[in-house]
Amino acid sequence: MANVIARGRGYTSTIMMVGALLGVFMILALLMAAGAKDTGMAVQAWTFIGLAGAFLVGMSLWAGQLLGRNPFDQSEYENAIVKWGVAASMFWGIAGLLVGVVIALQLTFPHFMYFPEWGFTNFGRLRPLHTSAVIFAFGGNVLLATSFYVVQRTCRARLAGGMWPWFVFWGYQIFIVLAATGYLLGITQSKEYAEPEWYVDWWLTLVWVAYLLVFLGTIWKRKEPHIYVANWFYLSFIVTIAMLHIVNNLSVPVSFTGSKSVQVFSGVQDAMTQWWYGHNAVGFFLTTGFLAIMYYFIPKRVNRPIYSYRLSIVHFWSLIFIYIWAGPHHLHYTALPQWAQTLGMTFSIMLWMPSWGGMINGVMTLSGAWDKLRTDPVVRMMVVSLAFYGMSTFEGPLMSVRAVNSLSHYTEWGIGHVHSGALGWVGYISFGALYCLVPWLWKKKALYSKSLVEWHFWVSTIGILFYMISMWFAGITEGLMWRAYNEFGFLEYSFVETVEAKHISYMIRALGGFLYFSGACLMAYNLVRTVLGHGEAESFDTIDPKYARPHQPALQPAE
Amino acid sequence: MGLMNKHVVLERHSLLLTVCILIVVSIGGIIQMVPLMYMDNTIERVDGMRPYTPLELAGRDIYIREGCYVCHSQMVRPLRDEVERYGHYSLAAESMYDHPFQWGSKRTGPDLARVGGKYSAEWQVDHLTDPRSVVPESIMPPYAFLADKTLKYDGIEDRLKTERLVGVPYTDDMIENAKAHLVAQADPDNLGYDDVDGLIEAYTEASGREGTVETRDYDGDPSRITEMDALVAYLQMTGTLVDFSTYQAGDLNNSR
Repeated sequence: MANVIARGRGYTSTIMMVGALLGVFMILALLMAAGAKDTGMAVQAWTFIGLAGAFLVGMSLWAGQLLGRNPFDQSEYENAIVKWGVAASMFWGIAGLLVGVVIALQLTFPHFMYFPEWGFTNFGRLRPLHTSAVIFAFGGNVLLATSFYVVQRTCRARLAGGMWPWFVFWGYQIFIVLAATGYLLGITQSKEYAEPEWYVDWWLTLVWVAYLLVFLGTIWKRKEPHIYVANWFYLSFIVTIAMLHIVNNLSVPVSFTGSKSVQVFSGVQDAMTQWWYGHNAVGFFLTTGFLAIMYYFIPKRVNRPIYSYRLSIVHFWSLIFIYIWAGPHHLHYTALPQWAQTLGMTFSIMLWMPSWGGMINGVMTLSGAWDKLRTDPVVRMMVVSLAFYGMSTFEGPLMSVRAVNSLSHYTEWGIGHVHSGALGWVGYISFGALYCLVPWLWKKKALYSKSLVEWHFWVSTIGILFYMISMWFAGITEGLMWRAYNEFGFLEYSFVETVEAKHISYMIRALGGFLYFSGACLMAYNLVRTVLGHGEAESFDTIDPKYARPHQPALQPAE
Repeated sequence: MGLMNKHVVLERHSLLLTVCILIVVSIGGIIQMVPLMYMDNTIERVDGMRPYTPLELAGRDIYIREGCYVCHSQMVRPLRDEVERYGHYSLAAESMYDHPFQWGSKRTGPDLARVGGKYSAEWQVDHLTDPRSVVPESIMPPYAFLADKTLKYDGIEDRLKTERLVGVPYTDDMIENAKAHLVAQADPDNLGYDDVDGLIEAYTEASGREGTVETRDYDGDPSRITEMDALVAYLQMTGTLVDFSTYQAGDLNNSR
């Protein structure tokens, strides 16, 4: 009995702490709503109160029906949070891609969803909504879900912190909603990929620290002596994003009840800080985080060990060391001192090798299982993802060369480059992981339909190709047109002629984006039907009782 | 290989691993960012730079709010075609009071670093209201609503104070009279000329150069001050502050 009470106290304490923390922040939000200096602040504060309140009420109702049952049973993995993470990833992925299609159409047909008397859907507000939704909402949820899944399996321990992982999950969703609704209201600090204002930044910092502690806490509890390579990558992603986020968002609020803040740095220093952040959001959010996914899901899916342990050590340390220097290649020929530009370019070129180290390690893991490329579309998706990774990490160093950059910078080539990385690499490795996770988590024999995965793969791949090629074409065309001279030594084209020249490319890009979006919809449908147990997604329980709980952890050390 | 075997230590100690990661990822940023904070030659010495007037600052806030930076850069590169298309290449000094900077990363529309004075205020208003009425091929969104929204400037003194806190040299006089200065700049005819003179005097002194402050009704609606007034006031002064007649591009102190 005493044991039960002690365990009971153990689990209620984290629920109480999360509840208290939410309570404190709801009171703060109430004060901010009451004294709001602008309507944006009032709307944001009430949004927060609503969402945090819903979380608090939901948590209380859930805790109330436990009746002494410990929900954080250490002999089982925490799977429910991963399931929520998968659902959130799919939801935000579709939403973010849809906004992408909308803004692609706006650039093609400048009447689409523009209301002259009403600025909420103008391109300038929707574009940050798109980038944040796909990077932070979709990508972030994939990273949360997979990191929580992987760290438990590779440490053979349940997620640490009791209720705290749930605080991380729901706190992160609150961050997403505040950021997204803020953009529509015109609340932004105009730093790309770091647009949310000061109070949202503070909230994210809190959530992120909790995330780091949950992750580290799980590693501390591990029953496996070694920390698996995927966890190095996850750890570098969490730690570095914390550092980047804090430094790049250093700002002074004009008022503690107003949404506006003023950046501490200005001009050159602010530009350097922003692109140190901006490029490493790519490096540590969209690269090391997703390499961690690669290091778990590819070996697991093809049932082969990682190709080279040494390569993983070498490319891990060189990748994280070199990436952080690459920021200034976003500032070639600007007022940033040239020594900084040169450093940025040099390290960007060096970055090529560690990037390809990751690609090689991933692709070669298929050694002895190459047939899976043909037979398993999920494996193919993940390997093609690495091919796109290799391509865009070659294109990146190329574009960072000053002479190339003078042509490519400010043009659509940059947009094409990010999307080959984002749609090809980040998107495909995430889709691969989600296709793996759903049957594993919901204990199904297979996905609802393998041929739908084939359809997804081909529709999306054609979409990416349309996107990339049209943007290469548009970018190089406009770059050359901007610098074209006629025979009298005058500039050949006015600016608007270069805009006009991109119209067809914009149409093809919008089509490519729409195809990619359609592929994601096919995937969502496939995953929902899998969860429902339709088609080929037979439940393990109905086949053979011995598979009923296949993921029961062994919980004994490997050595 | 000896070094590879030592890696096991990191694989077994999560805190050591975390600390090592933190050290490795800190080095590049420190080397690239810290010198920029204290090296004298990061920012050129120029004549003419001054803080934004309250109306310009309010306009700049609208520029940020509407995400103009998403499609318009404010950074003319020292390339022949850009200098001919947009004007003198941008100096670091020109964004020294920009918290945050607005250099941008994409030119879906043209660079705006020196758009100030390039078109008339009337053209800017027409263009913002309905871009395709003046540039038929334009793909810019319409901003007609700016002319309907009365500018809110209750907190403008606090706004300037915060700028001063991060290093923008606003004087006590500029902060005390921020409201009067704002109204005077957008609506010089309906106001006491003292305020107009006060505005021009304060910001001309800060600039050290005559003629950097323009006062007029920008949006063609003298009855009130709208967001359109503020935004156009900002656009019309971008890139106009530095006195390029005294700027020595070839001076070693200005070579970075």
